[in-house]
Amino acid sequence: MRRFTLIAIPYLWLLALFLVPFLIVVKISLSDVAIARPPYMPQLDLSEGWAGLKAFFSELDFENFAFLTTDELYWKSYLSSLRIALISTLLALVIGYPIAYGMARAPDEWRPTLLMLVILPFWTSFLIRVYAWKVILAGDGVLNSVLVATGIISEPLQILNTNTAVFIGIVYTYLPFMILPIYSALEKMDDSLLEAAEDLGASRLSAFWMITIPLSKGGIIAGCFLVFIPSVGEFVIPELLGGSGTLMIGRVLWQEFFNNLDWPLASAVAVVLLAILVIPIMIFQRSEDRARERGE
Amino acid sequence: MAEPVFAPWTDPEAKPLIQFRNVTKRFGDFTAIDDLTLDIYEREFFALLGPSGCGKTTMMRMLAGFETPTEGHILLNGQQIDTVPPNKRAVNMMFQSYALFPHLTVFDNIAFGLRREGKDKDFIQARVDEMLRLTRLSKFAKRKPHQISGGQRQRVALARSLAKAPKLLLLDEPLGALDKKLREETQFELMDIQEKTGTTFVIVTHDQEEAMTVASRVAVMDEGRIVQVATPDVIYEAPNSVYVADFIGDVNLIRGVAKARTAAPQATPAPKPVPEPATEAAQPALNRDPRPEPNAMGAWLHDNLLKPILGERPEDDAPKALPAPSPEETAKAKPAAAPDIPEGGLSIDWVDGQPALIAANGDAALDGKKVVLALRPEKLSIGKDRPDAPNVLRGKVIDIGYLGNISTYHVELTDGTKVKAQVANTRRISRRNITWEDDVWLGFTATAGIVLEDEA
Ligand SMILES: Nc1ncnc2c1ncn2[C@@H]1O[C@H](COP(=O)(O)OP(=O)(O)OP(=O)(O)O)[C@@H](O)[C@H]1O
Ligand SMILES: [Mg+2]
Repeated sequence: MRRFTLIAIPYLWLLALFLVPFLIVVKISLSDVAIARPPYMPQLDLSEGWAGLKAFFSELDFENFAFLTTDELYWKSYLSSLRIALISTLLALVIGYPIAYGMARAPDEWRPTLLMLVILPFWTSFLIRVYAWKVILAGDGVLNSVLVATGIISEPLQILNTNTAVFIGIVYTYLPFMILPIYSALEKMDDSLLEAAEDLGASRLSAFWMITIPLSKGGIIAGCFLVFIPSVGEFVIPELLGGSGTLMIGRVLWQEFFNNLDWPLASAVAVVLLAILVIPIMIFQRSEDRARERGE
Repeated sequence: MAEPVFAPWTDPEAKPLIQFRNVTKRFGDFTAIDDLTLDIYEREFFALLGPSGCGKTTMMRMLAGFETPTEGHILLNGQQIDTVPPNKRAVNMMFQSYALFPHLTVFDNIAFGLRREGKDKDFIQARVDEMLRLTRLSKFAKRKPHQISGGQRQRVALARSLAKAPKLLLLDEPLGALDKKLREETQFELMDIQEKTGTTFVIVTHDQEEAMTVASRVAVMDEGRIVQVATPDVIYEAPNSVYVADFIGDVNLIRGVAKARTAAPQATPAPKPVPEPATEAAQPALNRDPRPEPNAMGAWLHDNLLKPILGERPEDDAPKALPAPSPEETAKAKPAAAPDIPEGGLSIDWVDGQPALIAANGDAALDGKKVVLALRPEKLSIGKDRPDAPNVLRGKVIDIGYLGNISTYHVELTDGTKVKAQVANTRRISRRNITWEDDVWLGFTATAGIVLEDEA
């Protein structure tokens, strides 16, 4: 009985905070736009009992999903989002891995400080930090002023309002999510494994490839998903740093919701986005489970 | 046994495989290895013994290339290897912590070194199979390290370090996690491998028995220094210091002041010193009639020329001795008879009112110094009757440790000193007559102990 309660708590939590809102979104995505409050139909009217329920369900349809396929804006946005998220994730990995590695190899007494430094940005608002990048990357911003002043470039670079700025923003924002899992995997690793590899004839570099990388695989995978998944649906960063040409599904969603007041279509966009992300999330789960089986 | 004894360290011509030349290793201001000079020869099975933290692993790590000496040099085959990286040394190490690769199977762990050498697949397969058979791990080839037991892991580590058949193999406590039987088997396996491959082994162990069993030489270390390097029997029988005597095996330490013994054995502890012969060898000169003996030429002259005149010459190998004592007489005379005590050496005053202990093998140079007589428990005899021995001690049994094949008697001497005597259990427990609280006599010969200068 006690065990049952223990399991029930997280399930109830998930039910209340994930499944119920998701079902509501699904319901809206199957509805039609209406000039009403809330702006969609049908509304469930339980006072009419069974008949009302029947009437409600008969009015739900997949119109909105069908519409998503007719306009190329949508699938282009999806693709572009995935592409931007993927590139950002790889960049974060390339930048984050050496940082995590350096942290894990740093003297014991430095590690808490280094860890603090990684988490430090979270102490200020995400919005403010992204805004700060606007100031840094603008045509007359900090970066360009410095580069021009030092004579490295003669003309200010157009970084703000391009995909480049979006990459910078995403990598900057999500880098800690890449560093922390990799660091925790590397930190657990026993240094004598590398010595053993070297002792058996491996060079430093091949010991790194054959021992360090495989043993930090769990951290790499976790870090990549923690960066990739939120990046795909990111809205604030492309909105603030990206240009008009930066297509991301988060922006589309926002427009449908708030500009067009088309809640059902926006919900459909969200449901499809979730469906797209469920696949990598499941892959992630599987790899986690397997890692647990291996006892890592 | 015409086989020449393996002892290259006695041969001034022999070239050592490993040379430590005044090697010092410091970690910060802590000195882990202190000015160590040592030669290890090819085909040796060299054991490092010492208490925890004395620097055994550090020595191994310097040999493997993971640490560089702070001062001094290490030579392998006459070549300085201080700066040679570990992967370029023909040295393999079995780590104290095993350091198995957790993401690789047992097979892949063992094959790791061979793959780095770029050996072909069939060779690797065959070699790894051989190693798996040797360490009895064939059944576990496909498992990951976390799926096998601690002892099995240790064997994987051993197999992995053996796979490349290195010139020098460093084993850091290789058999600690194995049960006694498997450990002994593996010890013989190791010696066998060593015999077959000619690999030089340096082994760290906490198990003295293991060091004694496998090693050609043993080095006893203390705080970064080597206290004694010698063959196991010398380490055991003739330790050079109280530290070594105390560290290796069980030992009774009796402290006292040494006095050089004069030639005559006057310090016999027997109550009625009767200058009676105990053995033939010690006595022939006394027993014979003092009469002139012919030399070879005289004998020849007598036999060939003078015989007719003087008659038969008496047989010279039949000494005119007293008639042999009857067995009854011998038995009666025994307790009173002075035991055979070689001359010279030291006598040790160890406690007031007790006869000095005699150590005929003691170094006369220790005369007047504070010394320790180190006595192995198995060299003490124990009995209810006063033994016929040059040294006797009296005490009371306070504890008996029964170890199956042997028993250890803990005896408190009259002055409170506690000593241990070890006796092989040839009789069943019920038949043994010494028990707790019994007053007993302990006896030992004049050469049973070793006199060492007292360091304390
Ligand atoms: N990297 C290091 N930094 C500082 N001190 C060290 C380091 N490595 C070893 N030491 C110290 O050097 C001394 C010798 O260590 P070592 O590991 O050689 O001991 P050991 O003889 O192998 O002991 P054990 O039998 O417990 O394995 C110890 O006191 C240890 O604390
Ligand atoms: Mg050690």
